[in-house]
Amino acid sequence: MKPSEFKTNGLTGEAAATNKGAALSEASFGTCPLPITAHDTVQLGHGSGGKMTNDLISKLFVWAFDNPALKRMDDSAVLPLGASRLAISTDSFIVDPIFFPGGDIGELAVYGTVNDVAMSGARPLYISLAFILEEGFPLADLRRIVESVRRAADRSGVTVVTGDTKVLNRGKGDGVFINTTGVGLIERPVELSSSNVRPGDRLIVSGSIGEHGMAILSKREGLEFESPIVSDAAPLSELVDAVLDAVPEGVHALRDATRGGVAAVLNEFAVAARVGIRIEEGTVPVEPAVAGACEFLGLDPLHVANEGKMIVAVEDAHAARVLEVMQAHALGRDAAIIGTATDTDAGMVIMRTRLGGTRVVDMLVGEQLPRIC
Amino acid sequence: MKYLDEFRDPVVARRILDEINRVVTRPWVIMEICGGQTHSIIRNGIDQILPRGIELVHGPGCPVCVTPLELIDKAINIASRPGVIFTSFGDMLRVPGSEKDLFIAKSEGADVRVVYSPLDAVKIARENPEREVVFFAVGFETTAPNNAMAVWQAYKEGLKNFSILVSHVLVPPAMSALLSSPRNRVQGYLAAGHVCAIMGWEEYEPIVEKYNVPIVVTGFEPVDILEGILMTVTQLERGEARIENQYSRAVQRDGNPPAKKLIREVFQVSDRKWRGIGSIPMSGFQLAEAFRAFDAEARFNTGPIEVEEPALCISGEILQGLRKPHECPAFGRQCTPQTPLGATMVSSEGACAAYHAYHRKRLVDETV
Repeated sequence: MKPSEFKTNGLTGEAAATNKGAALSEASFGTCPLPITAHDTVQLGHGSGGKMTNDLISKLFVWAFDNPALKRMDDSAVLPLGASRLAISTDSFIVDPIFFPGGDIGELAVYGTVNDVAMSGARPLYISLAFILEEGFPLADLRRIVESVRRAADRSGVTVVTGDTKVLNRGKGDGVFINTTGVGLIERPVELSSSNVRPGDRLIVSGSIGEHGMAILSKREGLEFESPIVSDAAPLSELVDAVLDAVPEGVHALRDATRGGVAAVLNEFAVAARVGIRIEEGTVPVEPAVAGACEFLGLDPLHVANEGKMIVAVEDAHAARVLEVMQAHALGRDAAIIGTATDTDAGMVIMRTRLGGTRVVDMLVGEQLPRIC
Repeated sequence: MKYLDEFRDPVVARRILDEINRVVTRPWVIMEICGGQTHSIIRNGIDQILPRGIELVHGPGCPVCVTPLELIDKAINIASRPGVIFTSFGDMLRVPGSEKDLFIAKSEGADVRVVYSPLDAVKIARENPEREVVFFAVGFETTAPNNAMAVWQAYKEGLKNFSILVSHVLVPPAMSALLSSPRNRVQGYLAAGHVCAIMGWEEYEPIVEKYNVPIVVTGFEPVDILEGILMTVTQLERGEARIENQYSRAVQRDGNPPAKKLIREVFQVSDRKWRGIGSIPMSGFQLAEAFRAFDAEARFNTGPIEVEEPALCISGEILQGLRKPHECPAFGRQCTPQTPLGATMVSSEGACAAYHAYHRKRLVDETV
């Protein structure tokens, strides 16, 4: 199970909302350490991947299902299985629009889950595929989505082995929701976890950031820029393999920077490993079109979602080699070292600005809100 | 990015900073008017690299922050009515009213939608003739032309189901109000570049004359802000008080005449209440007589709403440059971006939110 992915802005959110906002009372949860926040109903911000999501996960879900695998709060759970180790991760997909420049919901449903499995160092093998469809959804669109699931599964080297279909009354859903669960085997002696990041580790991002989020946003809002922004959705397992083949020791954590963006990953490292993180403004690769669109909407690319980018935390001595290997791979061509973990300022991500000042890079609180002017 | 990178160039910034260091001989208090400038200052760490004597105080130019609590309550009241589609810029959704914010109203079933332009709201009205579509028209002179255009468009098309909830405020009356306060500390202003791009700077001439303060029309990028500070400090050191234009790539003395004409047609100047500051005479806009039919307050007959601000919140003093966010006892404790007590903590342009997001590290250092 994958704690960071208890999405609340979709299916589970809907279930809670139809509960007439009764939320989860003390009666059903004993000494539940609620309030989760100041809210007594589910808010969109609870599903944003930022602070509100984190609060919900740690104060409700981890609390309720307290166990070591869940507590690690990594992208996938790692479980002993006989002599080997199994990695498992689940994710629900509720993207709007379902077709966007560079991909669609079917592709995302495969890559999102496969990448989370891969971040534990596992080879993804099998996925499940569950559809929740709204009455009236065009079958042609469904066919298109299924075909893209198949292509993405082939590209990722996984087989779709089980599935489920439910249909909601018209008006009760938003066309199509997908849930996938992926399993893989960890065949190397690696221990990858956010909590394993050590002071002195270098942080490497696998390429330019913010493309998926801005592709979705510009399509959704009908914004047009000089060059269209295309989602970076891609399977990262090959890139992970290349890195771990070349550097079997010294890599401490991998994480794909999906919702909440690179800022969320760095903050998770900082909190889980109790280290500080220093990054340099200007070292983080951002395509001009993404930078321009973010500028226009008042968003920070560090907070924008990716679907084919990961962050590697690696010992300084191996950082150059990891960078070299990543840059030699098509999906890591623009990889760059963006910062270092420190033994000061535990739990904080601090950016040195180009002018020589510093600022804290925080997680988003709730929904990312475009500014007025 | 062309026209952007050159105004973020660290080498140029350093050169201007050296010049500021050369010119300055004593302490000065300078206020940047606009929340966008505050954000840029904190985000780039500009206040950390200035000579110690130069204090930047953050002005009231954050439209979200100065929108009165009762207007947020009116917005929530209107949004919650059946048949209404309530449209707004994203920032406004998380601003706490006296009981809840628009996000919560949305989760309770109100049809609240984020738009990027008031013209999008007009489009929604056109496409949903059976629904009442309301736009939350918040802002300074910068957003006034767009909002005026939306009303004009709806008027021209004869759209009967479109209205705006107006909370428009004006910069020059607020600048005068701050300067005439007995507690005033401001010795020079960085005027808001975008506001001046619309309105020009004629309106500032009487202020300079009456209060003898330098006003420098300033842009938003690090190089702009440093240059604006240099021009202001140079004037102060020489004992001068003039209007200067740092943001000449966007601003002319008479601003944007067609935009001003449209504003004058659709709006008229009126008294306005500013959150945290109070009522300032002739400091905002209301719809002009000919366009009153588009006034959401009248259409939905919201009536007067009386509310109290949280007693702990000192946003009023922050907006007037009298205190800094971290001097507030609630800052980072009872009041965080997750649980904001006042609007200055909500808007990304609010001084408290900017301090909280970017300055926590420095604050920790200072208190250790």
